[in-house]
Amino acid sequence: MTRYITVIGLEVHAELKTKTKAFCSCSTEFGSTPNTHVCPVCLGMPGALPVLNKQVVDFAIKAGLALNCNIQKYNKFDRKNYFYPDLAKNYQISQFDKPICLGGHIDIVVEGEHKRIGITRIHMEEDAGKLNHSGATISTSDSSAVDYNRAGVPLIEIVSEPDMRSAAEARAYMENLKAILEYTDVCDCKMQEGSLRCDANISIMPEGAKEFGTRAEIKNLNSFRALERAINYEVERQKEILEDGGHVVQETRTWDEANGVTLSMRSKEEAHDYRYFPEPDLVPVQLDDAWIERIRETLPELPAQRQARLMSEHGLPEYDASQIVSTKAMAEYFDEAVKTAKDSKGVSNWLLGDVSAYMNNEGITISEFKVAPAHLAELVNLTKEGVLSSKLAKKVFAEMLKSDESPKALVKKLGLEQVSDEGAILKLVEETIAENPQSVIDYKNGKDKAIGFLVGQIMKKSRGKANPGMVTKMLKEKMV
Amino acid sequence: MKVSAEDVKHIAQLSRLTVPASEMEVFTEQFNQILNYADILEKIDTTGIEPTPYVLPVSNVLREDVVKEGVSHEDALKNAPAVHNDGFKVPRVID
Amino acid sequence: MELYKLTAHELHDKLVKKEVSSVELTNALYERIDAVEDKVNAYVTLDKENALAQAAKVDAKIAAGEEIATLAGVPGAIKDNICTKGLLTTCSSKMLSNVVPIYDAHVIKNLRADETIFLGKTNMDEFAMGSTTETSYYGPTHNPWNLERVPGGSSGGSAAAIAAGEAIWTLGSDTGGSIRQPASFNGCVGIKPTYGRVSRYGCVAFASSLDQIGPITRDVTDAAIVLNTICGKDEMDSTSLDVAVPDFTKALRSDVKGLRIGLPKEYFGEGIDPEVKAEIMKAVKKYEELGAEIVEVSLPHTEYAVITYYIIAPAEASANLARYDGVRYGYRNLNATSAPEMTTMSRTEGFGLEVRRRIMLGTYVLSSGYYDAYYNKAMQVRTLIRRDFEAAFEKCDVLLTPTSPVPAYKIDGKMDPLTIYMLDVTTIPVNMAGLPGISIPCGFAKDGMPIGMQLIGKVLDEETILRAAYTFEQATEYHKVFAPLGGNK
Repeated sequence: MTRYITVIGLEVHAELKTKTKAFCSCSTEFGSTPNTHVCPVCLGMPGALPVLNKQVVDFAIKAGLALNCNIQKYNKFDRKNYFYPDLAKNYQISQFDKPICLGGHIDIVVEGEHKRIGITRIHMEEDAGKLNHSGATISTSDSSAVDYNRAGVPLIEIVSEPDMRSAAEARAYMENLKAILEYTDVCDCKMQEGSLRCDANISIMPEGAKEFGTRAEIKNLNSFRALERAINYEVERQKEILEDGGHVVQETRTWDEANGVTLSMRSKEEAHDYRYFPEPDLVPVQLDDAWIERIRETLPELPAQRQARLMSEHGLPEYDASQIVSTKAMAEYFDEAVKTAKDSKGVSNWLLGDVSAYMNNEGITISEFKVAPAHLAELVNLTKEGVLSSKLAKKVFAEMLKSDESPKALVKKLGLEQVSDEGAILKLVEETIAENPQSVIDYKNGKDKAIGFLVGQIMKKSRGKANPGMVTKMLKEKMV
Repeated sequence: MKVSAEDVKHIAQLSRLTVPASEMEVFTEQFNQILNYADILEKIDTTGIEPTPYVLPVSNVLREDVVKEGVSHEDALKNAPAVHNDGFKVPRVID
Repeated sequence: MELYKLTAHELHDKLVKKEVSSVELTNALYERIDAVEDKVNAYVTLDKENALAQAAKVDAKIAAGEEIATLAGVPGAIKDNICTKGLLTTCSSKMLSNVVPIYDAHVIKNLRADETIFLGKTNMDEFAMGSTTETSYYGPTHNPWNLERVPGGSSGGSAAAIAAGEAIWTLGSDTGGSIRQPASFNGCVGIKPTYGRVSRYGCVAFASSLDQIGPITRDVTDAAIVLNTICGKDEMDSTSLDVAVPDFTKALRSDVKGLRIGLPKEYFGEGIDPEVKAEIMKAVKKYEELGAEIVEVSLPHTEYAVITYYIIAPAEASANLARYDGVRYGYRNLNATSAPEMTTMSRTEGFGLEVRRRIMLGTYVLSSGYYDAYYNKAMQVRTLIRRDFEAAFEKCDVLLTPTSPVPAYKIDGKMDPLTIYMLDVTTIPVNMAGLPGISIPCGFAKDGMPIGMQLIGKVLDEETILRAAYTFEQATEYHKVFAPLGGNK
């Protein structure tokens, strides 16, 4: 059977976090009544003209620098012509042959393998409006209502090289890209709300082939899960076509999340001929070194640098560090917690363990997580100092989720302090030895298991509060 | 002939227009007349000549990122041929 | 004395001296419009109620002894492709026949600030595409010098309104000659400023890299006065120039001594009407008498200008007019069952033939496989045309040419498009290079039709062409002749 190689390139649209639209001063606020953040410019009224928002250029440069791109000094805009009701002017102002960024990359790790994914280009453009369909879907609706609130919101389109070979690699690229855009604070990266959108170009070719296969472009991938599932589905679909002796058609397909399939978007529509030409209503943007350097100085610590720091300063393993830095908010939580925590790895364990499990369960993100970083640090410290056993720590954590009291206060309230008082423990040890003579004999005869039983008995008597280390030590001393 | 009636139909489609059958012949003829005249451009050697997309040497006209009030919701929809749910109503989007 | 025959500066004096009120003046203009509009058809929309209300405000101000701007209370009219908030702006197209703008163009804001009077909106070629005003959805405008003739275009209504005494001053727009050519056909003064001098914000775009708004008036002084009000940087137009605007009326001195006037030889060759040539040469002689130095220059790429323009302008127009899709405003076909069908039907029914032709021509020259041969080539030739002017201006201060190779011709719609396009050869290169150009009356043909000459200046040097034009005007009487409104419509 032929083995196939999958080839994936991603085109990612990120809405920039500007206050105003790309070419007019309307607010970019999300979720308002339709057609309330509009003006003659973004409504495409006759005679209205665009004026470029400087922040768009600054953010595009920032993203480009964070993605290791070469920033291009000469910038111009072009008109991309196509008709669609959500496109007010029926052309999109975009950049065609002179994008602001060329030649960047993102490093990913998949199953321990390091790989560099190339970024071909990043260009600036404007978003379209939104169609609200009268029926359930675009094809069952007999009418739609157009809302231009989003029309003209600035976007950067980040185009990768076709360097990815699996859905997992595509996901890792996308996760890293999202983290970088979040860190640089140019995009709020809410995939569900559409502020970060992804299209995937997918093709397969027989192993050893010199040329890529015909690709399909998959749209509507608004979660990491959708991206992965859609790629896996599409690869299987294309394999089946080739195995049956058919040809993959170059086309645009959409991901149907509910049914887990990709569907052709072909219509009677003519093939696209975008007729790009220079936008005569805007003048070129000429960047200089000083401008680029000014933006470079605003770059924050990026995920890769942060990961390296977490490994060197806090001794975290690579996996832990990469997980913690994958979202900016998580990394910030970690940094805040370790300010007072006496065990960084302990913080990491909590975040990647119980905290993540809790958040997944609740469907929330770290920014919505109520427990203060200082409280988590205190919990870690109480464990580290032996005040709490790990079992009791989980009990305290459960309480912390319900109240905003500090772990110390909760420990006291619940009467959960670990007993480390020698006299008290000695009393329990002596009692237990007296009650279990056979176990003592077994221990003395070399049955090490017996001590476990005895420790268990003491812990039970203390309702889990006795310091297990001290119990074991003192038991051994008494049974010599 | 530089363009046929078939080409004219295709260009019309790209332009979201139709050329009525009654106009097609004259339209195609006049279209070709203009394009044939454009052949005189072949006489000029423009190798190495930069195009002029911007007639005056102006660059970096930029606006600060400050919100200004746009038009009212009522004004936005004032000239709309049809309105539904605060939006511009259009018939089904897919052919 | 008929008030409608006076100039803005003369009327300003009368208003200030309280010899006439703005309300009287405005009423006089509407009376004149009532009397002749049937013959001329210069207007698409009149706005009498608002005009009179504005006139009353100015009168109150004058009565209170307050200072007023030169254009305050002086009735003018606006080409119907310049957006006026609350007042229909149709571009003389069925497509926009019901559209009431929700904002004012930048020039309108400036004029309102000067408290001027807008009598109404003037007729034009549909979307400014034409040079005869015959393509208007509202019927052709007739030339007041002979009603059987075209008034030129596309600002034919604005020029005819001046000639017929239906407005004191008007605004036009000029993409390839649309102010200067109708000004010359109607014996008026028309100026197209340097590209970027006047904000295009609110001027419905035809070809963005070429469009420019400018005045059409009875004399050079009025042109300078209107220019003073409309010029200047606008933050809403990226292409509007951030340069100081001089007081153009200060440039109006009768003095061309030592001024080097260039005659580009390509503008005096084949195709120019002998009567036009004779009048232009008389004007040249006049300038010599007045002390100017005449030099022959060459603009070698002139013959390519027309086709270059008819590639670039339609290309830009094909995108500029894409927004007329029946979704947000304007004409919509109500029978269509899908959005694409609705847009195609609305556009096909809403646009006239010439507009559809140019949109398709523009689509073609930008389409895949033809971009390099047509659009890109034209943009390169545009560079050559621009350089021609730069070279010529090393030898002279202004260029003098006929505004149009011919005087106004008959309204019959019989000429094929290419023949009509070719007549724009004298005005188009000025737009291609972004230069300022003015047309002023310089004579009459034997049949009484006015002939105009064009003065072309260096970038941002409106002052020199205004001075040269003013000097000629002071030495001649052509601008004082009034159109007879003869001939049969």
